[in-house]
Amino acid sequence: MAEAIAELAETAQAGPVLEVSGLRKEFGDLVAVDDVSFAVPQATSLAIVGESGSGKTTIARMIVGLERATAGTITACGRDRSAPARSARDRRRRGSEVQIVFQDPYTSLDPRQTAEATIDEVLRLHHGWARDRRRARIAELTGLVGLDDRQARALPRALSGGQRQRVAIARALAAEPRVLILDESVAALDVSIQAQVLNLLANIRDSTAVSYVLISHDLAVVRQLTDDVIVLHRGVVVERGKTAGVLDDPQHDYTKRLRASVPRPGWKPRRGALQGAAGEEQKTP
Amino acid sequence: MTVPAPRAEQALATVPPGAPLLEVEGLTVKLGVEGAQRAVLRDVSLRIRAGEAVGLVGESGSGKSMTARAIDRLLPRGAEVDGRITYDGGDVMSLSGAAMRRYRDQVAMIFQDPRAHVNPVRRVGDFMTEALRTNLGVPPAEAARRAADMLGQVGIADGRRRLRQYPHELSGGMLQRVMIAAALLTEPKLLLADEPTTALDVTTQAEVMAILDDLRREFGLAMLFITHDLELAAAICDRTAVMYAGQIVEVRQSGLLHDDPLHPYTAALAAARPDIAQTAPRLAAIPGRPLSAFEAPVGECAFAPRCPHVRDICRAETPELIGLDGGLSRCARAIELRGQLTVGHGHDGNSDG
Repeated sequence: MAEAIAELAETAQAGPVLEVSGLRKEFGDLVAVDDVSFAVPQATSLAIVGESGSGKTTIARMIVGLERATAGTITACGRDRSAPARSARDRRRRGSEVQIVFQDPYTSLDPRQTAEATIDEVLRLHHGWARDRRRARIAELTGLVGLDDRQARALPRALSGGQRQRVAIARALAAEPRVLILDESVAALDVSIQAQVLNLLANIRDSTAVSYVLISHDLAVVRQLTDDVIVLHRGVVVERGKTAGVLDDPQHDYTKRLRASVPRPGWKPRRGALQGAAGEEQKTP
Repeated sequence: MTVPAPRAEQALATVPPGAPLLEVEGLTVKLGVEGAQRAVLRDVSLRIRAGEAVGLVGESGSGKSMTARAIDRLLPRGAEVDGRITYDGGDVMSLSGAAMRRYRDQVAMIFQDPRAHVNPVRRVGDFMTEALRTNLGVPPAEAARRAADMLGQVGIADGRRRLRQYPHELSGGMLQRVMIAAALLTEPKLLLADEPTTALDVTTQAEVMAILDDLRREFGLAMLFITHDLELAAAICDRTAVMYAGQIVEVRQSGLLHDDPLHPYTAALAAARPDIAQTAPRLAAIPGRPLSAFEAPVGECAFAPRCPHVRDICRAETPELIGLDGGLSRCARAIELRGQLTVGHGHDGNSDG
């Protein structure tokens, strides 16, 4: 595992923008995340793939400080963030390093705040800019995510799911983070909207130096957006490597089963996919 | 190979023979939303023969779930319904009381979220055997035996123990298998499956789909399988209908839908999905967003505002479903566009709305 991390790190010019080492999380008797390590070099994208109960969302929550790790270290931009932030300033700094976009665009926005006001609040808090500069940046960000003037001034309830997710992405980008965690951020979107948002994320990646950590169960989305992948099964990393290599030639039985379960032209579902996966019976915490 | 048939009926006649088990003719549904009657379905016609699996694919607001609800008479109060639904030769819209209950035993429905459709304080066995005991007069012990057997059929081994459990003690995948077993207990002829695997993990989805497919064949059950996933529908359905803005825009043999679609929307939907086998520089996104029936333009093609192939003719009138190469397409340019609607063609590749 240490070798794999060293190998990932070598490919980058600078050190990783995000590094997680020996990460562990226990909920009572349940070990949700067990000795997980990975590194994300600058301007690259890592996918964390897994099903319900794999621990993928718990990892995201620990990185952004919504859960505290039982053991292990999390380092972003060279600074440790394993322990809770000690001051508002510290919390702000962390916010400028890592931001997150959640799955559900219907619950992650303040229903009383317009898209503009949502972005403006982040700009004020993180950069302390004057009104004119904030206004110019709001126009840039809403333009970048493809919201028109009317949508930028609308409350979330007047926006569709895809439009809300654009607001959530613009809000996250307003803090100018080095790492953007996408926690199933396109999973709830209709196919035609999902394609628009995936293209948007690719455009943003090409025009900024942001790194993505994509948390997803959808292997086609993972293929489209990421360079590297780790496969998580019941809290343990069972396989890691280049996304294309892992998806084209999976090595671990679980990855193989995952790959074989994806509907595609000519695909026929087979019984027995669950054999050896008694974990399906076990409910997630 | 392009043989245009002028009338939709002609094309429907080209599908294998056999009297339809279920026939939906010209179904139009309006729902009261904020005081106004808004169309959710426009002129939907669909035939399902005994033992046949038909897919119904579409995005949010396309009307696919509403179609299933109309068939199972589960529309909200105040819904305005036009058109005809016939099951086994009888009029479905006029059913009530005992006849309605018998119909629902024959036409069983399974939903996306089993937890929202099961009483959390009743044991699994209690709700599984309810229809057997109350509608069919099967003695409780016999009903329990049949329920435990059926759990075995859906791959749940210790059926007797499961019958004594509560829904919260089962995982989502297991609960959905319980729902399938419960639906099959009354020996239905038609299963309406509304995104039954969407909330499940992919490995669980594969298992549940295989079970559905196996048992459907074993029991000679017809099925209407509703999903947003073209590939999933193709995996177990003989024919697939694609819906957009409350209308059926294409009906096609499932195996041909992805590679040889007849309607630009179907082609666009297939092209917009990322591919697990390769990375595209950018996906062929469809501009704009999917529209509901009441938002879509009337008197022209509903997909016209988003269609890469739109011409003046598309804005002139609402296109009819026309028969084409053994399928149906609601596109004014369908014949002209034959062979051009394969994945990767006809898109600028980077449009965004």
